[in-house]
Amino acid sequence: MLQKYGALKRARAQLLDAGSTDSDAQDPFDVRFETILGPAEAVLAGRKVLLFGTNNYLGLTFDAGCIEQAVAAVRGDGTGTTGSRIANGTYGSHARLERKLAQFLGRRDVMLFTTGYQANVGILPALAGADDYLLLDADSHASIYDGAKLSDASVTRFRHNDPDDLYRRLRFLADRPGDKLIVVEGIYSMLGDMAPLRELVAVKRETGAFLLVDEAHSLGVLGAHGRGLAEATGTEGDVDFVVGTFSKSLGGIGGFCASDLPDFDMLRLASRAYMFTASLPPAVIAGVTQALETLERRPELCADLARNAAHLYEGLAAAGFALGPTISPIISIRLNDTGLAAAFWNRLLQVGIYVNLALPPATPERQSLLRTSVSAAHTPAQIDQAIGAMTSIGLELGVLQDPSERYFSAAQ
Amino acid sequence: MSQENVISVIIDAVRSQGDVPPEICDRITAETNIVRDLKLDSIAVMDFIMELETRFKTVVPLDAIADVQTVGDLATILTRNQATAHETRNSQTDVQV
Ligand SMILES: Cc1ncc(COP(=O)(O)O)c(C=O)c1O
Repeated sequence: MLQKYGALKRARAQLLDAGSTDSDAQDPFDVRFETILGPAEAVLAGRKVLLFGTNNYLGLTFDAGCIEQAVAAVRGDGTGTTGSRIANGTYGSHARLERKLAQFLGRRDVMLFTTGYQANVGILPALAGADDYLLLDADSHASIYDGAKLSDASVTRFRHNDPDDLYRRLRFLADRPGDKLIVVEGIYSMLGDMAPLRELVAVKRETGAFLLVDEAHSLGVLGAHGRGLAEATGTEGDVDFVVGTFSKSLGGIGGFCASDLPDFDMLRLASRAYMFTASLPPAVIAGVTQALETLERRPELCADLARNAAHLYEGLAAAGFALGPTISPIISIRLNDTGLAAAFWNRLLQVGIYVNLALPPATPERQSLLRTSVSAAHTPAQIDQAIGAMTSIGLELGVLQDPSERYFSAAQ
Repeated sequence: MSQENVISVIIDAVRSQGDVPPEICDRITAETNIVRDLKLDSIAVMDFIMELETRFKTVVPLDAIADVQTVGDLATILTRNQATAHETRNSQTDVQV
């Protein structure tokens, strides 16, 4: 049965070998933290490490108010809902979070899902049926591809962040009956780049397509109020469906889809990933509701995050690393060698910096990435420590040239 | 476009993508199996087809890619879709792309 994973098994063994010859080398895909000390620190293999590989953008996982509300909800409503809202009923707290989130986003309706992954897997097949067309950005997250696979619609990919390629495809499909739904992300999770939303909206308007934006990494991160890339680019009126997750900036778990379309509520009876899985437990709902409240009350968190993102990005760029195109809380060092990336990742852990190792085929253009992410909870000193460690290991492994040599070769 | 011409455009695209060694590119025929002979993984196949969609000014849906095994199958799909696009524009028949 499992022989088909032979090649995968060999690739993994090779990666572990390349990662380090030391006995304390870690498996990048099986990292086990012993204790989580806070949003920015944990204990791993008996050593304190700085966390630069989370999606804890606002650092809310240890927010005192969120913890208090979650504890109260467990005591009041119990540990779980034991079923789906369709079969087993909605709790007051589900409905309150939906209303609160709708208000926050300025949308008519919000539907909760149990994870962000399920939001895409649930919403895409429910929206796009047999005669419809899904147009996905080529670098879309796995949950978008999986949702598209479950849909009866015809699916095509357009070149990443390329409104012209999208336009060409929509023109090609112009005479076909059926609705066309464009799917893009606010911030892309591997390189931290953003969708050119204004240009995409122009294409959408001209071709009469619908637009869904997955703000998984941009909710609580972009826009004056943290509503995401659509808010930041002034395009909210042209976004028909907003997808998002509670697992990143809001520090919990869960997903949602928001819309102004009439009859959006009907999707509750059409989306299988909504109907056939248990709803979010009370503690999670309460923690997320409080996190949203915190986001509304403390806009300075977004400002802290932006400042920290610029600090890390500029530090790594000045050291000479090849990074993504834009400053965002996701900052990835691009390397073109998997073994080198694994070795770099292990060396960073040895000096107490945890980042993510992202490898092909999950990465754009098959790059090997050291993906770091910044939190509002990081202190400037912690960010300097990370820049320092990355720079010295970069020099040690030959990823960076010694500054004096750099000037020398530039002069030649 | 004749099938032969279509295949030569495909070969050209494989070459310029740079994932397949030149000596293998030299031996591509209609019978060449894309996954086995060209050793392209699923993402590489999708990227490669995106490039061909641009060259052939067509759109190939992902579910159609699942049926493509050989370079000949790919040529058929690329030109069939061009033809259906034309047809739909005139006749408004609902053809699954
Ligand atoms: C764009 C995008 N959508 C959806 C998800 C899934 O969210 P979750 O992990 O909360 O299920 C993620 C991240 O994991 C993501 O990056």
